[in-house]
Amino acid sequence: MAYSDKVIDHYENPRNVGTLDKEDPNVGTGLVGAPACGDVMRLQLRVNPETGVIEDAKFKTFGCGSAIASSSLATEWIKGRTIDEAMALTNTDIVQELNLPPVKIHCSVLAEDAVKSAIADFRRKQGEKRAEQEK
Amino acid sequence: MSIKLPIYLDNHATTPMDPRVLQAMLPFFTEKFGNAASRNHSFGWEAEEVVEDARDTLAQLIGAKSGKEIIWTSGATESDNLAIKGVAEFYRDKGDHIITCKTEHKAVLDTCKRLERQGFRVTYLDVDQRGRVDPDDIKRAIDDKTILISIMLCNNEIGTVQPIAEIGKIAKERGVIFHCDSVQGVGRVPFDVEKMGVDLASISAHKMYGPKGVGALYVRRNKPRVRLVAQMDGGGHERGMRSGTLNVPSIAGLGKAADILLKEGEQDRAHSFNLRQRLRAKLFSELDEIYLNGMDDPWRHPGNLNVSFSFVEGEAMMMAIKEVAVSSGSACTSASLEPSYVLRAMGVGEELAHSSIRFGIGRFNTEEEIDYVGARVVEQVKRLRDMSPLYEMHREGIDLKSIHWQAH
Repeated sequence: MAYSDKVIDHYENPRNVGTLDKEDPNVGTGLVGAPACGDVMRLQLRVNPETGVIEDAKFKTFGCGSAIASSSLATEWIKGRTIDEAMALTNTDIVQELNLPPVKIHCSVLAEDAVKSAIADFRRKQGEKRAEQEK
Repeated sequence: MSIKLPIYLDNHATTPMDPRVLQAMLPFFTEKFGNAASRNHSFGWEAEEVVEDARDTLAQLIGAKSGKEIIWTSGATESDNLAIKGVAEFYRDKGDHIITCKTEHKAVLDTCKRLERQGFRVTYLDVDQRGRVDPDDIKRAIDDKTILISIMLCNNEIGTVQPIAEIGKIAKERGVIFHCDSVQGVGRVPFDVEKMGVDLASISAHKMYGPKGVGALYVRRNKPRVRLVAQMDGGGHERGMRSGTLNVPSIAGLGKAADILLKEGEQDRAHSFNLRQRLRAKLFSELDEIYLNGMDDPWRHPGNLNVSFSFVEGEAMMMAIKEVAVSSGSACTSASLEPSYVLRAMGVGEELAHSSIRFGIGRFNTEEEIDYVGARVVEQVKRLRDMSPLYEMHREGIDLKSIHWQAH
């Protein structure tokens, strides 16, 4: 299969590969996909709880070149945005930017899911923190 | 010595044509263009001569008694179709049951599926975790309506060699015709239709350094005399089994390819084997969590190395070494988006099936190429593992099976 130049660029020079401390209350972690399906994405973001701005984002992905590129692009896009802005990111944005062919659309869906799942995890932790403080 | 990129390590898909084969073919395009079926002039005679010589050479290569047992076809897919459908149709009054196995080539499996739709019964036998079919399973599967057993010589993905001689013996004892798709194995692993009791064998030229678009079907003439219903109607060529003007230049090429294997087969096998062992040693000494798929020698194709690199997805791996032509059992590389049916039939977990790479080494590969590929694979597996969440979890001691994954 021929890849677009953007997929190749993200695949060869992935942005934001790495790990954040998942115990940090300001870090949300999303782990989506399944090894049996051939792709697993872990996307993490660290949010400033005062401003709601995503200050850092990291990913690790097991998957094809398009899956790696989709998650790399997602971290690049959400860094510096608020979590509300990040929630508005959709897979079609990724498909368009990376020129993904139809068989690779599920990679972009997985990246969107990873972002949403990480934000949900951050919100859950914040809720727990508040509940802790109110006790 | 500098090496030329890209490097071809996909010799199970097709092989480059040996230049000697091309030389043998060339005269039959232009000055010796006759139709081998023209019996009344010298143009026909010289075409017929090369065709009959090629028959004898190929017969010799597979241990057949006579060149008369070789039928020319357009390739192994046609040979498989002709063998299976031809036998099914001819022996329909005798029985309706066919035995094959789950890791056969699609040309066999899909032919069997079509016959099922026409009312035949087909048993698809399981294989063990190394891809081998158990001859006892074949024994048990035979009933009084079994007319055909079809088992391949050597698997195209994992290189596993099937126990053909044992199966041949069972087939003889029970009076069942035995077809063997021998495409990947001829000239690479021991194969002898007489000694192994094979009644029908499919052969493809382009897997043995010959041209594409030509193949053969061995059809036993004695003990038993195998009969087929032709699947192509026409001028009654090939003793009525396959009509159509013979592709003389390509048949000359197949004959030459067989001749080279007869004369140089031993060194050819040793060359592939040594390079494969060199690559295998490099990968297994420098990487953890990698698995060999298939049997060990001598029950393995000498040029085949099929390896699963845990925690790395196959298509991403192929992209990482894009200057090296290999193939993968990953779903992402298949049209069906399913991981390799061969690896799944062996019980290889889906994750490892997605992580498999097949290296197919052949006559024209060099030590320099293998060293380059070995170094690149090691470097890129490490790079991809550094960005794999699964490898990180594995290193932290998390059992990946304990996680509730959401399949999508």
